[in-house]
Amino acid sequence: MTCDEAEVMLHALIDDELDAGHARDVEAHAAQCGRCAAQLAAYRDLHHSLQGGNLRYMAPPSLRRNIDRAVPSPAMTSRRTLLKGFAAGSLMSAAAAASVGLVIVREDRDQRILGEAISAHLRSLQADHLTDVLSTDQHTVKPWFNGRIDLAPPVIDLTGQGFTLVGGRLDFIDGKPVAAIVYRRRVHVINLFVSQGLGPALPAPKTEIVQGFNIRRWSEGGLNLLAVSDLNSEELEEFGTKFEQATGAARVG
Amino acid sequence: MAYEGGGDRGKAERFRSAALPYLDDVYTLARYLLRNAADAEDAAQECYLRAFRHFETFHGGPIKPWLLAILRNVCRAEYARRGALAGVQDLADAEQAVDGLWNEGGQSPETETLQKLDGETMQRLITQLPDTFREAIVLREINDLSYREIADVAGVPVGTVMSRLARARALLRAAWRAEETRS
Repeated sequence: MTCDEAEVMLHALIDDELDAGHARDVEAHAAQCGRCAAQLAAYRDLHHSLQGGNLRYMAPPSLRRNIDRAVPSPAMTSRRTLLKGFAAGSLMSAAAAASVGLVIVREDRDQRILGEAISAHLRSLQADHLTDVLSTDQHTVKPWFNGRIDLAPPVIDLTGQGFTLVGGRLDFIDGKPVAAIVYRRRVHVINLFVSQGLGPALPAPKTEIVQGFNIRRWSEGGLNLLAVSDLNSEELEEFGTKFEQATGAARVG
Repeated sequence: MAYEGGGDRGKAERFRSAALPYLDDVYTLARYLLRNAADAEDAAQECYLRAFRHFETFHGGPIKPWLLAILRNVCRAEYARRGALAGVQDLADAEQAVDGLWNEGGQSPETETLQKLDGETMQRLITQLPDTFREAIVLREINDLSYREIADVAGVPVGTVMSRLARARALLRAAWRAEETRS
């Protein structure tokens, strides 16, 4: 890691935003670079001063009153309706509350997985850690994952279809190890994350845009696949389709 | 507007219990972004009205970043109204233009720790940071958002959040040291 990289990454370390591997990298760099160690200590100091500085403002009572007035309040519900609804409501609401909780937790996890996939994608571009195994040969990349992760990711060479296999890497999403297979299309990098149990199995591919990145998710062979890239959505869709065709052919053939 | 029927009332109740606990957060960000108590109060109120109106579009997850994103939009409109010289919308300019605005004292902070400053002085130093950096550091250190949440609020990639925070802290530290030598 260079000082230039460390200078930015040390803030992510202070803010507890780095995975264990990158945190170790920054700390290792600081251990043998006096200048970066001083910076780390100084910014940590600043961070703690701000955190403990009581720098929040309290909303004035007039603001609370105005919002109270503008949003219809429960007080508008008459006491009679409240009582009438109560008996029937208590049973219903327990079930309803439980299901709402479930949905929120699920969406939350889903969002977190998408967010972490994007962070992993960004880190792979920034920290010069795109690949652990650098090879355009699928027969080199696939066995590399043996013993590193308890699944056999489908590694397919799509060079003929315009997506160059660059290599593979081990990464972490949602606290679980995932296989990252890296492809390139022109200047765009595609990280294809393969895992077991990254969210539910999807009956059909799902494409979405998160923070400006295109994401395509699908399931095959009991594995969850998530491709993330700054490539436009049509070409990422093309990548997904080609990949699915190739793995389908491999399974039949 | 008249709100009739259980649906609207249910909506109002859900909105209140979900959103009102973050009123101080919203007001705090408004104070730092707009640098003025009366404008901040107006902006926070407008934020809550908009949030209530569009509450159907909120699909679970933490509500604080969602509220702060709305607040930020309200503040941007306020910047435009003021015809501010460097609004949040002039991101690129702001990022370019800060060089030389601050004396960074030889770039590399030394090891000695900063003197403690009182809360009001710290608030003033933060308020004096350029828009983009002020926004980033307040969302991180005071509103306590994660990088990804800040990225969502500010509509920029996480990498940009990281570099803005690095810059914000460098500027703030320089201002802090300048304050020490002054006092």
